[in-house]
Amino acid sequence: MAVQNLNMPRSKKGEPSATLTNVVLRIVLLLAIDGFLIWFALNAFAEGFLPLGIVVVLVGAFVNYVILVNDMYPLRWMLLGLILMAMFAIWPILLTIFVAFTNYGDGHLLSKTQSIELLEKERYLPEGGAAYSWTGYRNDAGEYALWLQNAAGESFLAFPGQPLIPAAEAEGIGELDESGIPTSIEGFNKLNALQVASDQTISQVQFGSEEDGVRIRSAREAAQLQSRYSYNEDQDIIVDLQTEIEYSPVDGIWTAVNRDELPFGFQSSVGFSNFTRFFESPALRGPLLRIITWNFVFAFFSVFSTFALGLGIAYIFNDRSLPGRKIIQSLLLIPYTIPSLITIIIWRGMFNNQLGVINRTLSDLFGIAPAWFVDPTLAKIAILIVNLWLGYPYFMLICSGALQAIPEDLYEAARVDGANAWQRFFKITLPLLLVSVGPLLVASFVYNFNNFNLIYLFIEGGPPIANSATRAGHTDILISYVYNFAFASGRAKEYGLGSAITIVIFIIVAVITLFQFRYTRMWEEVGEGV
Amino acid sequence: MSNITLKQRKNLNHLGRWLVALVLIFFAIFPVLWVLSASLNPLNTLASARFIPDNVGLDNYRFLFESPDFPFLTWLWNSIKISTITTVLSVSITTLAAYAFSRLRFSGRENMLKGILLIQVFPGLLAMIAMFTLVTQFGTIIPALGLDTHAGLIMVYLGGAMGVNIWLMKGFFDTIPRAIDESAMVDGATQWQIFSQLLLPLMRPILVVVAILSFIGTYGDFILARILLKSTDQYPLMVGLFIFTSGQFSQNWGPFAAGALLGALPIMIIYLILQDQIVGGLTQGAVKG
Repeated sequence: MAVQNLNMPRSKKGEPSATLTNVVLRIVLLLAIDGFLIWFALNAFAEGFLPLGIVVVLVGAFVNYVILVNDMYPLRWMLLGLILMAMFAIWPILLTIFVAFTNYGDGHLLSKTQSIELLEKERYLPEGGAAYSWTGYRNDAGEYALWLQNAAGESFLAFPGQPLIPAAEAEGIGELDESGIPTSIEGFNKLNALQVASDQTISQVQFGSEEDGVRIRSAREAAQLQSRYSYNEDQDIIVDLQTEIEYSPVDGIWTAVNRDELPFGFQSSVGFSNFTRFFESPALRGPLLRIITWNFVFAFFSVFSTFALGLGIAYIFNDRSLPGRKIIQSLLLIPYTIPSLITIIIWRGMFNNQLGVINRTLSDLFGIAPAWFVDPTLAKIAILIVNLWLGYPYFMLICSGALQAIPEDLYEAARVDGANAWQRFFKITLPLLLVSVGPLLVASFVYNFNNFNLIYLFIEGGPPIANSATRAGHTDILISYVYNFAFASGRAKEYGLGSAITIVIFIIVAVITLFQFRYTRMWEEVGEGV
Repeated sequence: MSNITLKQRKNLNHLGRWLVALVLIFFAIFPVLWVLSASLNPLNTLASARFIPDNVGLDNYRFLFESPDFPFLTWLWNSIKISTITTVLSVSITTLAAYAFSRLRFSGRENMLKGILLIQVFPGLLAMIAMFTLVTQFGTIIPALGLDTHAGLIMVYLGGAMGVNIWLMKGFFDTIPRAIDESAMVDGATQWQIFSQLLLPLMRPILVVVAILSFIGTYGDFILARILLKSTDQYPLMVGLFIFTSGQFSQNWGPFAAGALLGALPIMIIYLILQDQIVGGLTQGAVKG
């Protein structure tokens, strides 16, 4: 009872909120934080970063709640950490999950609104729409005017946003040349062919009034163009005003009944189709099965080999009477002390088929030069060797600590009962060790299951699997396979599909992690609250 | 066999262990020796014909300090700066949170601890796209926190401060008897006083471990830095070394080897000096047998 009392945030006496300075300090702090967050959120909304603005507002609400409500006192200890975690860990994860249910990727990078905007900018010349030949003029302020002549020989002067002015009513017109084009208009200079060709903006400008606007179509022709597509919000369709065909959105593409498609695909929800594509498409299913199998094999053997070697070393050199024990352990720890990026690149150089030190040694001694990066099986063996080198020192450290925690009298008793060294190891050491090291083995499995750095930096997933529909290699694990969908250059990006695979990986490792909780004391400790 | 003495037997046993050790040490340090050899070889190629090069020279090291294309010292300094700041901030965040998880009781505590672990196992590769967008948007509003700034990168690193290390540190807090807090509380100490004056000094061993793990983790990171930093002068060492080798791999091998050795040296020294502390901290926090 006493323990509980003393460790609960006490609401009356001794609670931090009790003192006046504390309250003042808290309010000042809160005002400063709120001021900053409001300023930040307003800016985010002004820049059009709607999701960011919403997240900041939610974070702000949470901060106020935690600082103002006394029951939330424990969370004040970790407020900054929670905010940063929400912004840079949780939010990107939520976005990934969201993207997994869309077709976001090349061809679907726009939002639906952007797609509609782009379509509504498309124009066409309606039947009976007037066409003109044109001459351009520009004033010093960069404004334009057009002199238009139609097939009937009528001429008009056109300014942006004003109805066309028949030639007879136009003012400030200079002398007409032999084709009936004014050499000058008051305040404006005539553009010659070269100036027109280099002018980027004139073709964007709409001349004449809003309804019967005239736009330049080519170097010679200007015409009364109309918007070609119109969006009908009630029915959620795009209508082609020229052909009167209706297009409705199908998986992020405007599609007609006859399956014609419009350009400007957009990001749209596709339900579970990113997930089901694998089961439906044999081309995808083939490499994926291989990759998943290798992923498990790789993670299992990585953990098994590093643990076995680490434990072996710890066991052999656990004897304090062994001279030079300290220096041996220090030297064996070295692989752990070098950043893995560096050592992976070094191993890549050492395994190099022609130039690498390994193959040159092997060919000197045995006359063989295995093609490590070409043969799938050899590539896998090379990866496991490198990972063994990278990983055993960790288990060496852990196991030497854990071995010392096993009481000596257990061994004494076993020796008295006549157990030999092997029996002592397998009947006493290993079971006791697994109790304490077990969770770390699972953690190591989860880490290796997603060991992108090793696979990518060492061999980039190669050698490639022949005839596979997507880019996939024999040593690809799921996470490096995902990389190909999202980042690899030279192919269409499919963020939606990549995110879906990410979710699948997450489910696998999450289940393993939660499963481990059930069976280890780590979880019990949290549970009973010791 | 029966006439060898106990002493001889012990020596034989030791001899056997040393032989095993020799083989293992060869496996452990061969790549390092090989890089050392490559770094001293002025020929600059992957295929150094001999283990001890013909004309040993420091050309590759000189190149590191003099070449404008390979601003090694800038990269090393960037790495040390980013890692130090990240470590100080993230250890502070972690320690405070771990204290609350260990000593205070609140609803949602267990789920939060579990959630922290689950967030850690999420494969965040695709989240990099969101991260990139996020930092770009931050940069539009506060340019100092945008792309290609160290502050922006550190900010993103700190998003991971509430991570596995909280478990490690909470485990250590749990081993400190509560009687200490209780007696202090009877004397009228506040939570903050108990944390900062009583428990923090006792936490020194695990603080060292978590700081080293955090420093090494940041120092060795490459993907996030690669995505968020653009200009060569802003690169940390790992990105610099990687970019440098990915282009003309075998041609730049000598300078890479020299840079890799010098870059790994600080970490190697920290590890070997503090070896016992690290082992102690790791086993106490994670393997409470």
